[in-house]
Amino acid sequence: MGETVAVTINGETRRVEKGASIAAMVGAIGLDATKVAVERNREIVPRSTLGDVAVAEGDAFEIVHFVGGG
Amino acid sequence: MTNNADTWTVAGRTFTSRLIVGTGKYKDFAENAAALEASGAEIVTVAVRRVNVSDPSQPVLQDHIDPKKVTYLPNTAGCFTADEAIRTLRLAREAGGWNLVKLEVLGEAKTLYPDMRETLMATEVLAKEGFHPMVYCVDDPIAAKQLEDAGAVAIMPLGAPIGSGLGIQNRVTIRLIVEGATVPVLVDAGVGTASDAAVAMELGCDGVLMNTAIAEAKDPVRMAKAMKLAVQAGREAYLSGRMAKRRYADPSSPLAGLI
Repeated sequence: MGETVAVTINGETRRVEKGASIAAMVGAIGLDATKVAVERNREIVPRSTLGDVAVAEGDAFEIVHFVGGG
Repeated sequence: MTNNADTWTVAGRTFTSRLIVGTGKYKDFAENAAALEASGAEIVTVAVRRVNVSDPSQPVLQDHIDPKKVTYLPNTAGCFTADEAIRTLRLAREAGGWNLVKLEVLGEAKTLYPDMRETLMATEVLAKEGFHPMVYCVDDPIAAKQLEDAGAVAIMPLGAPIGSGLGIQNRVTIRLIVEGATVPVLVDAGVGTASDAAVAMELGCDGVLMNTAIAEAKDPVRMAKAMKLAVQAGREAYLSGRMAKRRYADPSSPLAGLI
């Protein structure tokens, strides 16, 4: 990995490759992008644009999925 | 009328099963899937939570309960403000692409009673954003009308506190809600055993939503089947039109011809 930026994912600080798309970041974590939803700095990132939006220094992400619940 | 023709419709989607089951508290996904199968439910509630970033290889719900075969109804369990609930459902819509959602905004952890002011505010916002919110609420016929006016596509009064298994505490108010509503009414929360589900259906509810009653039974798969039968029995009894109640006995055998 070359130059990196610091971001927060689900409350944890992580370093991701500078210039990477959100889709690339999600994939690098090992997640299936078709089964999650991503919020960046409290704004929903539409799934169709995950590959277009580049990660920036200081971004705060929430990545969620469906779990069992009543 | 045949059983097959007795369907119900919420926000333009038609279902045959009147039982909605949760997917929480099960021992494992396999037991959950088996109980779902036995229940015959066509809708399951699911929660929206952070993925485990440290261990993304953990099994996920969708691998065991296929959202193409069963309708996922994302909930807002654990949300105590309208803002939290709206944020959760926006994420849910992005994760699954579904507008049909279950809104619940809780007032306090001890009783998990809904905060109706926040619930009403969230219902209005969600309806404006194109969601179809099925709304968990108190068993109050006035609150139910307000929710319907705000855009709720189904009214889901509690029968008793969530997870309590106490059964329906106020049949009168549940029935008043049913009589006043023009959208489906489902008892959500409080069912403990099969007779509770039958009571909800005999009161004229369109369906029943439950989780703990099945998941915490010693044999969840068998209880799921019991709930399926209870909902069907209660529905048939309601449609049959029950006999009037009398204060004293009325013999079933003829009085004439006694020796």
